[in-house]
Amino acid sequence: MSLILLIEQVLNGIQFGVMLFLMAAGLTLIFGVMGLINLAHGSLYMVGAFAAATVAGWTGSFTLALVAALAAAAAAGALVELLVIRRLYDRDHLDQVLATFALILIFSEGTRYVFGSFPLFLDIPAALSGPVVLPGGIFYPLYRLVIIAVGLLVAAGLFVLIAKTRIGIQIRAGEADREMIAALGVDISKLYTLVFALGAALAGLAGALVGAIQSVQVGMGEPVLILAFVVIVIGGIGSIKGALVGALLVGLTDTLGGALLPTLFATFMEPSSANTIGSAVASMAIYILMAGVLLFKPSGLFGAT
Amino acid sequence: MKIKSLIAAVSIAALGSGAAWADAHSSKVKVGMITTLSGGGAGLGIDVRDGFMLAAKGNDNLELVIEDDQRKPDVAVQLADKLIQSEKVDVLTGIIWSNLAMAVVPAATAQGKFYLSPNAGPSALAGKGCSPLYFNVAWQNDAFNEAAGAWANDNGIKKVFLMAPNYPAGQDMIAGFKRTYKGDVVEEVYTKLGQTDYAAEIAQMRASDADTIYFFLPGGMGISFMKQYAGSGVDKAVMGPAFSFDQGILGAIGDAALGVKNTSHWSKDIDNEANKKFVADFQAEYGRLPSLYAAQGYDTALLLQSAMGKADVKDAAAFQAALEEADFASVRGKFAFAPNHHPIQDIFMREVVKEGDVVTNKVIGIASPDHQDVYGADCKL
Repeated sequence: MSLILLIEQVLNGIQFGVMLFLMAAGLTLIFGVMGLINLAHGSLYMVGAFAAATVAGWTGSFTLALVAALAAAAAAGALVELLVIRRLYDRDHLDQVLATFALILIFSEGTRYVFGSFPLFLDIPAALSGPVVLPGGIFYPLYRLVIIAVGLLVAAGLFVLIAKTRIGIQIRAGEADREMIAALGVDISKLYTLVFALGAALAGLAGALVGAIQSVQVGMGEPVLILAFVVIVIGGIGSIKGALVGALLVGLTDTLGGALLPTLFATFMEPSSANTIGSAVASMAIYILMAGVLLFKPSGLFGAT
Repeated sequence: MKIKSLIAAVSIAALGSGAAWADAHSSKVKVGMITTLSGGGAGLGIDVRDGFMLAAKGNDNLELVIEDDQRKPDVAVQLADKLIQSEKVDVLTGIIWSNLAMAVVPAATAQGKFYLSPNAGPSALAGKGCSPLYFNVAWQNDAFNEAAGAWANDNGIKKVFLMAPNYPAGQDMIAGFKRTYKGDVVEEVYTKLGQTDYAAEIAQMRASDADTIYFFLPGGMGISFMKQYAGSGVDKAVMGPAFSFDQGILGAIGDAALGVKNTSHWSKDIDNEANKKFVADFQAEYGRLPSLYAAQGYDTALLLQSAMGKADVKDAAAFQAALEEADFASVRGKFAFAPNHHPIQDIFMREVVKEGDVVTNKVIGIASPDHQDVYGADCKL
């Protein structure tokens, strides 16, 4: 395997990781602040992708499509929080899982009803399409670089928001002791709606960005949701830093595992079985990673102990 | 999601085509269709369904129950049990994916039900696992690929990079290509079925010294791959069986596919009366160009109705004999069944061209005349 190929695969892994981060950040915030397991987070990702595809179809503008994805996912998130989630904070996790699973079904069938079962396709804007040449003669699709940049910007923005702003202080306080900050006069229900909408908007952004390189279809959120849960378990539940590190680890492990393991196995066994066994092990790699992390750090890399 | 449709009675005069089933002694048949109507594979199932319904339109002896398998083998098995046990269908059809076919077909034929495959053609069902009640109206999985391998030999393709999803059809397609192709296989990559991101595979393609990428990715997988490939700047030629470049995929990827060669048993420009009528009727009924899946669904319904005109489905031996005759005007032109109930048919080479604003396929020659699969030798029928 040449160095150029390795670098390209590393970039692919980072791009995948950054996309997972956008999903996992919202999930971990919501769990950390409200103690809520939100299985419907993948549906918000789907809402973002469908909103982007629809608006891009109407206007032809990718910028407007992204704005629409953020707005639609945030609105859907806020609405869901007000109507359903709000009633679940005091219930146990099993009730939350049940209710948010019901939301997945409602979102999926609702989307199918409106848009049909046929996948939609969102085009990459002309200005961002095609490859760029990186130092060292590496060709890489510009759009994927943009996804990496957007993800890292969002990560930086979230750190500033949590660490430096008044909202961030309230979020951190809410994580630590929700009765106390309510007693101190913070409108906790408004704060919860806000956090939920923020998490939803990030998921919607991820959906729209990824929708342009893959396809926009009903049920697209669930495979990503599972990986996002793996990410927050690895990173430590409630920690944004953990979500970023966990997402990059999972993205790199998955991509490099898939690319390297079959080659590695081929050094000591027949090519055809190396291919099969290599891909099988590669698809388990992130779960092995998760098990390994939990063995040494039961609450995740950056989890509160 | 369940669509139950009872094909309404229409007077025989209105059919206009004087089809074979238009005889008063025709037997009644209840057909269960299990196909993929949601998710990334929905386009294929929808086309098979629409093609089938177009050919069966107005036949009040044919009752059709349609179910969505969501491309999940477990769902398909449940649906088959339900259709056989509570709906009491006589004939099953509709499955798109070979892994689902392997899960459903052997059990269905063991329970005495006919199965007409409008798409999947796994090698196991063409060889040792063949059944007197199983008929493949589409192709054996290897067929297009054997033709493509032979064509590649004659057209200076020296080094190929092979890619297909890791499931029975993907393995058959690659095996079929390698059976006839004499050049170098630089790399052979199997992806997950339903995979949507091909960045890692595209990086491998860029790094390899292959001159041509030969891939099998039907439905949404093909669309995702081709869009990402076009954006990656890799400039190796691409080629594949028709499934990677069918009308649904071309509509979504557009100009990026122009000039690509692909092998198929059908194309909308094959010059025969049945095909002209099919293409015109399909466009009039559904407002879009038909794909090869639609053509296969259409032929499946024509075959079924030709047998219904000759025998009662309750008399399995007679109905089987009627199906074996394949006495219908296929949209592909020539069509006959080999002893293992798989087609003997011409495989064409097609090229992706632009007709006005529409990107579509055009036949440029016959890649393999009277093609027959190699597995029939193992089939004891």
